[in-house]
Parts: sequence; structure tokens; C-alpha cells
Amino acid sequence: MAKIIEPTIFELSSPGRLGVTMPASDVPETVLPPKELLRSDLPLPELAEVDVVRHYMHLSQLNYSVDGGFYPLGSCTMKYNPKINEDTCRLPGFLYTHPMQPIETVQGNLVLMYEMQEWLKEISGFAGITLQPAAGAHGEFTGVLMMAAYHKSRGDTKRTKMLIPDAAHGTNPASVGMLGFTVVTIPSDARGNVDLKALEAACDDTVVGMMLTNPNTLGMFDENIEKVIKLVKDCGGIMYGDGANLNALLGIVRPGDLGFDVMHFNMHKTFAVPHGGGGPGCGPVGVSERLVDFLPSPLVGIIEEEDEDTPPLYGFVTPKHSIGRMKAFHGHFGGGLVRSYTYIGMHGPDGLKDISQYAVLNANYLQARLRGTYKIPFDRICMHEFVMEGQFEGSDIRALDISKRLMDYNFHPPTNYFPLIVHEALMIEPTETENKDTLDRFADALIKIAEEAKSQPDLLHNAPNDTQFGRMDEVKAARELVLCCWLPENYETMK
Amino acid sequence: MKTPSNLKYAQSDEWFDPASGTVGITDYAQNQLSDIVFVEILVEEGEAVTVGKAIASVESVKASSEIYAPSAGKVSAINKGLSEKPEVLNSDPFGEGWMIKIEGGSAGDLMDSAAYEKHCEGRAH
Amino acid sequence: MTYIPISPNERDEMLKTVGVKSLDDLFDAIPKKHRFPELDLPPALSEMEAAALLGEMASSNENVREHMISFLGAGAYNHYIPSVVDHMLRRGEFYTAYTPYQPEISQGTLQAIFEFQSLMTNLTGMEVSNASHYDGATATAEAVNLAFAQFRGKRKKVVMSPAVHPQYREVIRTYSQGMGLEEAGDDASVNPESGPEAIIPLIDESTMLVVVQFPDFFGRIYDYTKLIEAAHAKGALVCIVANPTAMLMLKTPGEMGADIVVGEAQPFGIPLWYGGPYLGFFTTKKSYVHKMAGRLVGETLDSRGQRCYVLTLTSREQHIKRERATSNICTNQGLLALGCSVYMSALGKSGLNQVASLCYQKAHYAASELGKIKGFKVHFKESFFHEFTLQCPKPASEVNQYLLENGIFGGYDLGRDYPSLKNHLLIAVTEINSREEIDTLVQVLKEIDNG
Repeated sequence: MAKIIEPTIFELSSPGRLGVTMPASDVPETVLPPKELLRSDLPLPELAEVDVVRHYMHLSQLNYSVDGGFYPLGSCTMKYNPKINEDTCRLPGFLYTHPMQPIETVQGNLVLMYEMQEWLKEISGFAGITLQPAAGAHGEFTGVLMMAAYHKSRGDTKRTKMLIPDAAHGTNPASVGMLGFTVVTIPSDARGNVDLKALEAACDDTVVGMMLTNPNTLGMFDENIEKVIKLVKDCGGIMYGDGANLNALLGIVRPGDLGFDVMHFNMHKTFAVPHGGGGPGCGPVGVSERLVDFLPSPLVGIIEEEDEDTPPLYGFVTPKHSIGRMKAFHGHFGGGLVRSYTYIGMHGPDGLKDISQYAVLNANYLQARLRGTYKIPFDRICMHEFVMEGQFEGSDIRALDISKRLMDYNFHPPTNYFPLIVHEALMIEPTETENKDTLDRFADALIKIAEEAKSQPDLLHNAPNDTQFGRMDEVKAARELVLCCWLPENYETMK
Repeated sequence: MKTPSNLKYAQSDEWFDPASGTVGITDYAQNQLSDIVFVEILVEEGEAVTVGKAIASVESVKASSEIYAPSAGKVSAINKGLSEKPEVLNSDPFGEGWMIKIEGGSAGDLMDSAAYEKHCEGRAH
Repeated sequence: MTYIPISPNERDEMLKTVGVKSLDDLFDAIPKKHRFPELDLPPALSEMEAAALLGEMASSNENVREHMISFLGAGAYNHYIPSVVDHMLRRGEFYTAYTPYQPEISQGTLQAIFEFQSLMTNLTGMEVSNASHYDGATATAEAVNLAFAQFRGKRKKVVMSPAVHPQYREVIRTYSQGMGLEEAGDDASVNPESGPEAIIPLIDESTMLVVVQFPDFFGRIYDYTKLIEAAHAKGALVCIVANPTAMLMLKTPGEMGADIVVGEAQPFGIPLWYGGPYLGFFTTKKSYVHKMAGRLVGETLDSRGQRCYVLTLTSREQHIKRERATSNICTNQGLLALGCSVYMSALGKSGLNQVASLCYQKAHYAASELGKIKGFKVHFKESFFHEFTLQCPKPASEVNQYLLENGIFGGYDLGRDYPSLKNHLLIAVTEINSREEIDTLVQVLKEIDNG
């Protein structure tokens, strides 16, 4: 029998136990629908409130989190999440407004959304913003839909190729696949930039555009960015910027000024919306002038200008050639936009620049401390993150072993095995919200682990050693596919 | 690494038995993919295929790959048991793990076992 | 204010280690003419000022708890959320963690998702659930993606009931622009007021998916068993977009034989929040699990023989399968799935039964009383759960305007999407609505000039 650390909520159930109860009905009783329309059984757990609290408390204690420690997961921007944002997003005026309320009754929400559109334009240098996409990947899909719609509107139907660098996030090609376009992979050069020769060779009149993360996933700002954008635009392509790494660019450079046409923001990375163990995210998209008419509908606009006595009336507007609606309602308003509005509002222009400057300083500091111990294949001043190799000459230790060993030192590991173009990649993004002591402790741990890799390799092979759980059997999980559980009394029949 | 000498091999790691028309993935391929947990045959019996057409999709715990037809022709048989037991692609890639049979067409540009062994050695990992 | 914990001395020391003189020197790779733009944004606020500003913005809204009586539903429902739900969501161990890529130190999130999957399969009567989608509409669009992948593009027709939420149908259209789909049912050819039998003739051998809603957008309850049999006879899959609260009481879509059951789990512990973030759920049969998008958690053992959970079948997903993946989805609604699980656990079987019963009873009381008013009538004869179509003696927009002046959000104006129903309101009643509120609605409508 497997040892159980915390039973499931179904295993904790006991028939007849009561939790939160609802008030008695205050209306005359109506007969139920005919029996054949009713369900025969509701096989859900029965617990008291204290059972529920203890269960989820125990589960929470099995998690590593930013509130608990350093979380240098590359490309994920695991920065500190200010507590005030948790309060503002729960103000009753935001919590209890229905998406279909008349606009006159939700002007507070609409002002916030309108101003957020304006702020994001100013931060990024774009001409239009949609707040609707629910996450970065959703924003990416939105962007690619707009690129397709733009070419289609011009009758330019032969464009089916999307250029994507070899270091790109997997969401880029997956977004392209959702539209049936083909992906042409563009290699990186020795300095971690887009290989200009390869790009030039790929640019022709069948190109939809290029999706470029800049700084890229190596943490490098492309030194030829203006040439790259010019090549793509000269062949009629559209330049997509993956905004995953925007935390390096606030007040440093605006992607719109560089010539990008479209970019998604990851509000849960750059603007401190918490990651929530995997969502909800929030992924607004900015576009240049030529794509403004294709934005998803609806956008927030001023529908009645202000006059002497009354403020402007904010409401919804539909762009002329809109690609349509990306989700049921207006975007991740409460959890995403209110938190990030609070965050941007508290930083102002100088504070935003500080964020990026210190994010870049912290990454370069760690890179400097680890240079010499670990191989850094693209070694120059990095932006907010850098990539090193998690392997040593003549040793069978891999990036995975180093990552697992870091857990014994109470650190969350960096991103492993990404980007794909670096062998045994360890991708480290410290963010601006870590102090020097934490960075030093982390560097010291990695240097110590490099020694252990020589002297006591089994410590790494077997790691993590000091955590509640050891390495997990992923093959068993995928072969046996136990994907849900049931109440104990239903187990035999359901299994 | 096994490379039976009666078989021919594609660059993309499929094997082809010219005698029977049977197609599968090589020992090298199954090893690279590691533990295979899902296989889907993308063609139907009687369907005509050309060299290089995707005939199957394979997923392991860490990778995903498409399998391409090493020969043109008509699909004459499909290993229907594979979807239930994808792990035989790991344990017996040249036997129980066969995927489809193709008949009545000409094979693509394939290697013999010695050339394929060299091809595998040449790929750095 | 900022949250940067580095003193000027430490900064200088770090710059020295890096080998540059100033912070600005770190940015030489950026084209000079665009470097360091002056951003025209309002000056930074202190926490105290930010709290006051946001408080002012929030309180300038009319909300459905403090100011207004509301009968708005149409995809977002006003339910009571037990206090314990937010207490759990506010634990930093949950909300400041990332997607559980390192399972050894993420078992809290992983087990919570596994339990969410289990709660959803038990609720819908299906075999597998993923870890969630952005919302009900995008979950429905992903059902189309699943069917498209299942038939490998060989079938391209989607038969969509006109009684599926209009905004969900819009999202499906947006999502499927690159697939070259043929859509049937969702146009003038089918009378939207007819039942599921009207779309059966549209299902043929080229149909990959049939999409219906339960209860449908007008609130009607149908047993879709016959429709599903008809679809299966043609080899097509059926997706039911189901309301979770209604499923607490009604025959499950699983029992009806549905292949995919999706929906919006916002009613289960997620605030209205002006439309998001919400929580899409996605359940299906085990045989389709490899074509399902989204994250999936499975049970396994660790090296010490302990039961534990990992993300599984990850090679279906975008980071491995790239352009061949069914969807590009990665981040989903993790924290809200947790909230939904806490909601379901805290109320438990008994409390959830009570919620369903109160919704049903109050909605039927409201329908019965409203139907007694001269000129008003419950429009459809079919059974309903907590939402129903009310025929009014004048355009719904005028009725709503009158109600608004009397402190009531009336209902969703069906004329916005269905020209034949311009005098009709979609009224939603939940456990939140007291008898007094319902009586107020009735009283105000009695006073409306119905000449």
C-alpha cells in the first residue's frame, strides 16, 4: 500500500456530516421536474468546515511559493505579489458587478479599463490595446488571428509561413498551428541573436510575419533588432513581439517604437498579478496603427464626451474589422486588471523603470557570480534572465539533478531544458524583488552543488533528499492514467 | 542498439521490411523517445500513401513525434493492438511493435543497417 | 512606491561585481534613439493613496449586493460564496506558486487540481476532466478543437443549437477561423425557439460535433439522450455546455451519453467580478483524453512509496508538440479551480443540494408570480431550473429601463440576440434573491404602464 501524506477530499468524507448550510426556503414549494429529468445521486464529499480548512491548509503546506522563498523560474517572472493588490481586487464594487449590467452603473470599472488601455499604450508604444485575452497564450492566439485577418483583408491569401526563432516558447508555434499556418524555424547566431542570413533567406511574399521574443529566451536583447524588423516588414510580413519578457523593458524601450506591430502582455509576470499555481493569467494585446481595426470586440471607449456638468460616459465599442470575441465577457477584470492597475499606479514612470533596471541588475549579478563554475554558452550582458548549462565535463550529472538538489537547499529550481538550443539548460530569472543576500545564498548553493557533483554525485542523483516527497514516477502516471477519484463507497463500481 | 540486417531504414528513424511491406520505428527511435504512452495510427486500411506522409503519431512521457511512410503504396494492414499497448514500441519495436503494412509501391531513399548505424552514431546527444 | 529590496550600497557593490558603472550601462544593446523613453503616466501613488483611489472607483459602481436587486444571469450568476473559500485562496502558498512543474515541492497545487478533476467528473458523470480553461466559452471552443483533431480535419461540420449562449457561439467562430469549418444550426434556418429535435436533421456524416446547452440559453431543460443517439448514429460527437448548479439536481449529461461536457464554473465560488476571471471546466470520455487540451494531473508514487500527483500526458501540450498541439493553452485558472473545489467541499453534498433546491424553488415562485401580472407570461412550456424566459407587454429594453429606475437589474434582454424575442427577458433567480426581492420585482412590474 502506498503511504498517504494527505487523504483526498473524497477520502475524508463521512456520510451525513454537514458543512456550510444555507437558509431555509422562504417561498411556497413547487414540485420538482419529472423524475426522468433528475439525477439519481450526487456523489460529492460530506465534511464539516473544520475538515475542509485543515485539508486545504495541509495541502498549502506542501507547496513552494514566492511568499515562502526564492523562485528563479526563467521566463516566468516570479516576482513578489504586493498584498495591497489582494485587497483592491476584492473591493465589493468590483466583486459584485455583473458583466451584463447597464454601462451607466459600472463607470468605475469602465474608467479603470479605459485608463489601463491608455497606460499600456504608453508603456509599450502601441496604438491600440485589447484587454480581453485571458492569458499570455490567449493573447498570442489573438495576435495571430489579427495578423491573418490583416492579410486576408488585403486579399493577400498566399501568406502561410510564420517565422519563429529556434529559442521560442512552444506557445508560438502552437498558436500558429491553430490557424493552420506553417512554421519556419530561424536559427540563432553565436551571440544569441536572430541569424540574419537565415532570416533574409526565409523572407518572401509568403510570410505572414515573425514571432519574436525580445529579449529572447536566452535573456539576450537582439543586437540587430531594427534590421530584423526591417527584413520582415520589407517582405510584407507583420512583426509579432512575445511580451513574456517585458519585465526587462519597462521604461527602457517601447516595443512599438522599435517597429513591432503586435505584442501580448503577461500581466501575471510583468505587473505582479499572482500566478495562482497556474492561473488565472491576464494577457492584453497591443497593436500598431495598421492592426487597430482588427482588435477583438468589444473595446472600452468614450461613447459620450464630457461637458461642463457631466463626466464622459465610458462604454463598449467594436473595431471596424474586428476578429470577433475571444471569451465570453470583458477579460480578466477583477483578478487581472484591478491588481495590475493598482501595481502600475503605485509605480509611476520612474518606478516602472526601476523594476526593469533592478531585474536586469539581479540577473547580471547572478550570472557574474556563477560564471566560471557553470558554462554560460551566450556570455554577454544579459537582460532579466540568463541561461547556463547544467552539466559538467566528464560527469553524468544533468540539469535535472542540479534542479532537484536545489530543493534540498530550499530554493525553487530554475526552468530546465528550455530553451531547447542549449544543452541541459538552466534558465535563471531572479526578478527585481530579491535582495543581495538571497542572490548570494542561491549562488553559493549552486557553487556548492557543482562541487558535490564531483565529490558526491549520488546526492544529486537521488535529490531531493530533504523534502517531503522524492522524485516521482511519471511513466506510471502516464501509463495507468488515474485521473480522478471517487467517494470510498463508489470506488469499486467506478474504477 | 538493434538494427536487423534484413530491414531498410529511413533518415527519420522508421524501418521498412521490403519482403513483407511492414513498417515500424527503430530501436534507436524508441530509445530516444523513452517511455511511449500513446500511439495513434493516422491512416486507414486501403488508403494510398506517398513517401514521407505522416502515418502515425507517437507520444512518450517527454516527447512527441510523427512517423512517416518509408514507402509509397497502399496500406494493407494496421496493428490495431498498438493503441492498447503502446509500451510494446519500447519493448519490441521490430516485432510486436510493428505499425502498418504498405504494399504495391516503391520505397523511398532508404539505408541498409550499416549505413543507418552510422547515421545514428553521427547524431550528437 | 516600489518593492525592490536593494539598498544603494548593495546596488553599487553588485554593479562592481557585474563590471559596469551604472544601471543605465546594462542597456547598451538597446538602440540608442529609443533607449529610456519618458513615459507619460501619472506619478507613483503610495499604498494609502492607491487604496483610496481604487476604493473610490469601486464604490462608484452600483453593485448587486449593496445597491441593486439583480435578476441577471445569462452566463454569470450571483451566488453566495462561503467565507472559507476566500480564506483558503488568500494563502500565499497557493496564490504565489507557479504551475506545478516541480512536483516534489508542488503537491498542494497538484493534489488540489486532482481533486478538482474528481469533483468535476463526479458532477458531470464523465470519466476525465482537465485542470480547467479560461471560461465556459473558450472551453466550448476547445471542444470544437478536440473534435477537429479527433477526425483529423476529415469532418468539418459543427451543428450548433441556436439556443447555445450567443457569446459562446461568437467565441467558437473566432477560434475556428483557420479551420475552414462549416457551421449549421446557428443561422436563420433554424427557429431558435424550437427544441433540440430541430437540429437533428442537420447532423450528417460530415458532422464532427453537435453543441447544445443544458439548461439551454432560454433556461429550458431537455433530456438530450435522443439527440445524442442520432448524432452517434452518424458518427458525430456531442458536446453539452452545462450549468454546474443545475447539474446538482438534474440528470447528468454523462447519463445522457454526451462525449464532452464543458461549462462555466463561476457559479461555484467565483465572484461576478464584472465578467472575469472565471473558470471553464472540460470533461470527456477517457478515449478522447489524448486529444484534450489543457493541463492534466494524474496519480502516481514517489521514490519513497508515497502516493503523489504529477502533470501527466504533457507531450500532448504546446511546449512539446508545438504546432501539432490541439491548443496553445498553458496557464489556466489554477487558483479558481481551487476556489471551486473549496466551495464544493465546504457546502458538501447537503449544502449543494440546498443551493440547487433554493435556486429551483425561488425561480419557480418568481415565474409563477410574474406570470400572474397582466401582459406578462412565462414564454416556454418546458421545465426550467433557475432561469426562464419572460414575455413582456413591451420591448424588454423599456422594461429594464423602468426596473433600473426602481433599483432593479431586470434580466438579460433577449432581443439583443434574437429578433423574435425583443419583448422577452431572461430572468435568473438564485438563493441570493429573497422572497422580498422577488415580490418587489413583481410589484414594480405591476406598476409599469403596459398600455
